[in-house]
Amino acid sequence: METFFQQIINGLVLGSMYALVALGYTMVYGIINLINFAHGEVLMVGALTSWTVVTLFADSGMPGWLMMLISLIAAIIVCSALNFTIEKLAYRPLRSAPRLAPLITAMGMSLLLQTIAMIIWKPNPKPYPLLLPTTPIDLGGPVISVTQCLILGLTAVILAGLMYLVNRTKLGRAMRATAENPRVAALMGVRPDMVISATFIIGAALAAVAGVMWAANYGTVQHSMGFLPGLKAFTAAVLGGIGNLAGAVVGGILLGLVEAIGAGYLGELTGGVLGSQYADIFAFLALILVLTLRPSGLLGERVADRA
Amino acid sequence: MDKKRILFLVAALALIALPLFAQQFGSGWVRILALALLYVLLALGLNIVVGYAGLLDLGYVAFYAVGAYMYALLASPHLIENFEWIAKALLPSGMHTPVWGVIPLAAGLAAIAGVLLGTPVLKLRGDYLAIVTLGFGEIIRVFMNNLEQPINITNGPRGLDRIDGMNLFGFDFGKTKHIGDFAIPSVTLYYWLFLALVVFSVVICFRLERSRIGRAWMAIREDEIAAKAMGINTRNMKLLAFGMGATFGGVSGSMFAAFQGFVSPESFALNESVMIVAMIVLGGLGHIPGVILGAVMLSALPEVLRYVAGPLQEMTGGRLDSSILRQLLIALAMITIMLVRPRGLWPSPEHGKAAPAPTNTR
Repeated sequence: METFFQQIINGLVLGSMYALVALGYTMVYGIINLINFAHGEVLMVGALTSWTVVTLFADSGMPGWLMMLISLIAAIIVCSALNFTIEKLAYRPLRSAPRLAPLITAMGMSLLLQTIAMIIWKPNPKPYPLLLPTTPIDLGGPVISVTQCLILGLTAVILAGLMYLVNRTKLGRAMRATAENPRVAALMGVRPDMVISATFIIGAALAAVAGVMWAANYGTVQHSMGFLPGLKAFTAAVLGGIGNLAGAVVGGILLGLVEAIGAGYLGELTGGVLGSQYADIFAFLALILVLTLRPSGLLGERVADRA
Repeated sequence: MDKKRILFLVAALALIALPLFAQQFGSGWVRILALALLYVLLALGLNIVVGYAGLLDLGYVAFYAVGAYMYALLASPHLIENFEWIAKALLPSGMHTPVWGVIPLAAGLAAIAGVLLGTPVLKLRGDYLAIVTLGFGEIIRVFMNNLEQPINITNGPRGLDRIDGMNLFGFDFGKTKHIGDFAIPSVTLYYWLFLALVVFSVVICFRLERSRIGRAWMAIREDEIAAKAMGINTRNMKLLAFGMGATFGGVSGSMFAAFQGFVSPESFALNESVMIVAMIVLGGLGHIPGVILGAVMLSALPEVLRYVAGPLQEMTGGRLDSSILRQLLIALAMITIMLVRPRGLWPSPEHGKAAPAPTNTR
């Protein structure tokens, strides 16, 4: 039973990071129907920026949490600027192009960012320093680290903030209107270009936060680290129903739980035949299963076939 | 003989003679050409699924892997070494299944995999389909990586080696042939084999495009509901597209295994799928010449530049090594080509505008 609760905690932590990244995918998809393949790489840039800042201040004697906060802010700024530029250069000119064209530029952008990161930061994996206290908190059996606590708390705060932004503010209303129908929204005085830029900036900020958390939780950063979270978060977004914010959160957390529990119990259940290396399969099997039963995801609305 | 036919003949001769010319500069160049042809084959296969039927498949490399591993298992000592009882009972001379047995098996297995993947996901809309096929590709890769225990089937990340070369009618493609003093290395022989296969596939695709099936696929791509209303069995047609595309992948996979003599999961990563999709989209979706152009460009050009890149590497103090430079070039090509020509470098003529006018040719 102890393993079970421990895996639940691990799953929730993993899931909340997926959820943050998945939100970026789903917001972009909701507004311009583009799978932003470069989103995982934005996370990577966030993590590496944070690593650079942290190494820069390593000898300054600053407390760990302050260093992390500064690096987080730096990562958010860099990522937002980056995603804003990417959208402007690579996606905006292709908004009325055939559907696959922006997808290919997104894939190209993902490759480009990885390559550039490899040139700037060298390809070797770098250790991310331990900035927060490392003694785990005992919950009467299962344990949780301070970093994990922080991840859960920060995710909850960010989600609440995002919900407020989307549902209560003027920008949020403009975003929803643009997602519904950009032309009509424009007639009502919304500037779709500005809304789309804002969406990319917010998505990038979320990815930056997730990137720093990922680095702090796993302790290493590398140019290729964006691939797996990007892929899984995208899976999570689709699982929950792409284009749907609540769906991205539900999908992310569900995916994290499925993976953690799958990895924790697979070996035991199959008598050691299938090990935890098959955990990756779970995510995709869950996806195929869910989509077979609900073709537009868990919370996705059914889109009527056009007549 | 009109002008067009002469041009065609010259081009054909040039393609046949190309490796003889290239091998003067080392067999590495012929290898690049042969691999480019293999990518053309893959791109033609994926073009059936994405270009004709409009189903975005991001896990195409899975079928390539299935074909390659099928060939590798049936034509290398691996199975014999791990399952001795098979060896003793059935194959005293070792596992060397003839090509005529392996290739249909590989093609068939890949087709079955394609239909198996297709069946549960056909209800899905475009982008959902993309992620599911992507997931399928990853599942296959994880299995390749891990199916070495409890029973060793794929030999895990180390891959399978000592695979037999191609052998048709007693003609061994793995050995250098001599005509008088002139030596023709094995890579050149493979080049010709792949060229023949590409020509054969182009004929198939060309005929498919103009057949009832091809028109049905395009109708589904343009508007599925309307296609259904016209009496097209959309489900079967989509499954057929998946199966056909997968067959191409399986055959190219077995060719790859025979050519390399070695397969490992590394060759079948997601990047490879992305690259094949990029090839057909950059070239011109659903247009055979465009697809070929895209495949040759993305596979051969960066390799050629890699040979040229030596001096640049020295200039930047080794920071820009050849593999990084190659990636950089591919990435930039993907972005800029799409920005400049969103419909691809050589797109199919637009509907209605360029319907073939009745011409009098004699």
